[in-house]
Amino acid sequence: MLQQLEGSRAIAETVARCRPEVVCAYPISPQTHIIEAIGAMVKDGRLAPCEFINVESEYAAMSVSIGASAAGARSYTATASQGLLFMIEAVYNAAGLGLPVVMTLANRAIGAPINIWNDHSDAMAVRDAGWIQLFAETNQEAADLHVQAFRLAEALSVPVMVCMDGFILTHAVEAVDLVDQAVVDSFLPPYEPRQVLDPDDPVSIGAMVGPEAFEEVRYLAHLRQLDALELIPSVAEEFAALTGRASGGLVHPYRLEDADTVIVAMGSVLGTIKDAVDARREAGERVGVLGVAAFRPFPVAAVADALRRARRVIVVEKAFSLGMGGVLATDVATASPASGPDLATVVAGLGGRPITRRDVEGIIERSARGTLPRLSFLNLDEDVVARERARMAASRRSGPFAENVLRDVAAGGAHR
Amino acid sequence: MTETRVHFYQVGSFAVGNRLLSDADRTVQASQERTNSLDAGHRACQGCGEALGARYALDAAMRATGGRLVAVNATGCLEVFSTPFPETSWRIAWLHSLFGNAPAVATGVAAAMRAKGRDDVRVVGQAGDGGTVDIGFGALSGMFERNDDVLFICYDNEGYMNTGVQRSAATPPTARTATSEARGPEPGNVFGQGKDLPRIAMAHDIPYVATATVADLHDLERKVERAMTFRGARYLHVLVPCPLGWGAASADTVRLARLAAESGFFPVFEAEHGVVTGVRRIRRRVGVEEYLRPQRRFAHLFAGEGRPDLVARLQALADANVERYGLAPEEE
Repeated sequence: MLQQLEGSRAIAETVARCRPEVVCAYPISPQTHIIEAIGAMVKDGRLAPCEFINVESEYAAMSVSIGASAAGARSYTATASQGLLFMIEAVYNAAGLGLPVVMTLANRAIGAPINIWNDHSDAMAVRDAGWIQLFAETNQEAADLHVQAFRLAEALSVPVMVCMDGFILTHAVEAVDLVDQAVVDSFLPPYEPRQVLDPDDPVSIGAMVGPEAFEEVRYLAHLRQLDALELIPSVAEEFAALTGRASGGLVHPYRLEDADTVIVAMGSVLGTIKDAVDARREAGERVGVLGVAAFRPFPVAAVADALRRARRVIVVEKAFSLGMGGVLATDVATASPASGPDLATVVAGLGGRPITRRDVEGIIERSARGTLPRLSFLNLDEDVVARERARMAASRRSGPFAENVLRDVAAGGAHR
Repeated sequence: MTETRVHFYQVGSFAVGNRLLSDADRTVQASQERTNSLDAGHRACQGCGEALGARYALDAAMRATGGRLVAVNATGCLEVFSTPFPETSWRIAWLHSLFGNAPAVATGVAAAMRAKGRDDVRVVGQAGDGGTVDIGFGALSGMFERNDDVLFICYDNEGYMNTGVQRSAATPPTARTATSEARGPEPGNVFGQGKDLPRIAMAHDIPYVATATVADLHDLERKVERAMTFRGARYLHVLVPCPLGWGAASADTVRLARLAAESGFFPVFEAEHGVVTGVRRIRRRVGVEEYLRPQRRFAHLFAGEGRPDLVARLQALADANVERYGLAPEEE
């Protein structure tokens, strides 16, 4: 049944139907509405048995999740941005211990400068932590992915992070069809841990591993990620058979049949990109879209297959590696054949800057004309940058540069 | 405040001789039924106070809970020396996650047990002083504040011994460590710093807070047992001498722990809901010098002309403890 729901509410309702037994909450925008709603459900008894714990930090949120999961409980938490960085030691630890925690990441920029709006810098910062990272395009997909996330996590003993764009999805109200409780229950069997803390069968978990076995243990974790490459599509297919919805999977190809130009992206911007591609298709251009739904494990074979006919590939991504360039683009390049397509990276939407359909059409036009550089930053105000560079060159004590830029932008009129 | 009258003495020490006690009054350690929670074969140094303390405390907790126990361990000596896999010394369910998060992990285990209707399973968190008063402090305070059903035990050896004897917020003034060397006008750790975690724990108004040493087995076991009669957050702070870090003879671990208490330098007491309910009064008071001299970490206080001024300041700290908790022997 379709309902008008805020994205966060849809996530909370769906997570509740997955029957988590321990939920940790530490508030950070734009994740707050999710944990507030779950907390209310626990408080009024709608979600039971479930322990809802208001912790003192994100570090504790992930640590409590680790303890709960190791004791055999289905465990969930949510965070964003700085919160993810604050818990990062425990994020790696949950994966290293093979604990199937599920976490929503309401994607948000990382400071400094402090910024609460959306980009993908936070998710990229834990790319190598050993978590499965799934990216949602819509609130419907975000909700559906949580059901799949628990299934994947528990099947593989690997934690799963469902990434959804902060504010753009978390705070958007749109029609969502929540998965029925009965469907969730049939899809998601009770959690049966591989390893569990139990006085009746005491084991030691978390031993030190030296050079004699560390590589093998890490390689096993890599193999579990590769197993996920097999399991993610089959779980998505099973889910589709039950719900009729193509949520999840490894990649989402769109109008790729004869496309010679393909835009690759993740998350909610795919909707805008598809609109732009539809418009260019009507103008007779052969363009298509490849949405990457599973970023870790990275679906090298699926991406390679989807791009095999492309002559130009444009990666539009909401994060970048300073001093290098695109992060997603690097993985896409790895998946592309050596004699492959021209690959351009467009860093866009940083700190919540809008990406419009017109912007995307402009990117496609520049690519067609051969004027799209290998690395570019969408709608970058180069005048503002040049003026700050000039100030820095003119005076050693040029001052705090973020503040200088803000003052300059305010004085000179907004950047678009 | 109450005190326990001690009737039995072993020759040469003030410990109670088990053979003179009725079976019911004997220690858990004296029983062949003890769990040996931390079993033989671990890699602790000779004379390790922490290994003693952990086995004493956990065996007592195992008896108090009928074996329904899970332990969560912070990174540190205890974790490293106990699990040289493929061997483990733990005969109980045991989890190590990170250095600074043991209280929160313990909260998670307790929450899971509650959610699963297994309230009979109790949870002990444990760490050294670094994992408790420094890096784990935020998580510990959070666990206290929420009154989560966890007994957290700090095995306090007054420094980061696992990483090579560096200073922690539990290192006493003047003590030499690798990051507070015995040099300059203020040799060793400085005065006016450090955290008194038992008092901080009491300020959270949690049901039970106690201190103990490995020199007094009966007292330590009784406090663990007492702690297990409460639900909610409980804190036990056990002084565990470290031969390596303190520069002391392995055979002196128990003697030093006793001198720490008998000098008043380490006050032994217990508190319920933020109020002190009992103290272990000093039986034969000694000056701090008797406690300090056998330890090389304080050697600079006694070399050459020595630093009687600093010893006097340490004595003043001990005197303040005696005053604060009423530790003076009855005859004084």
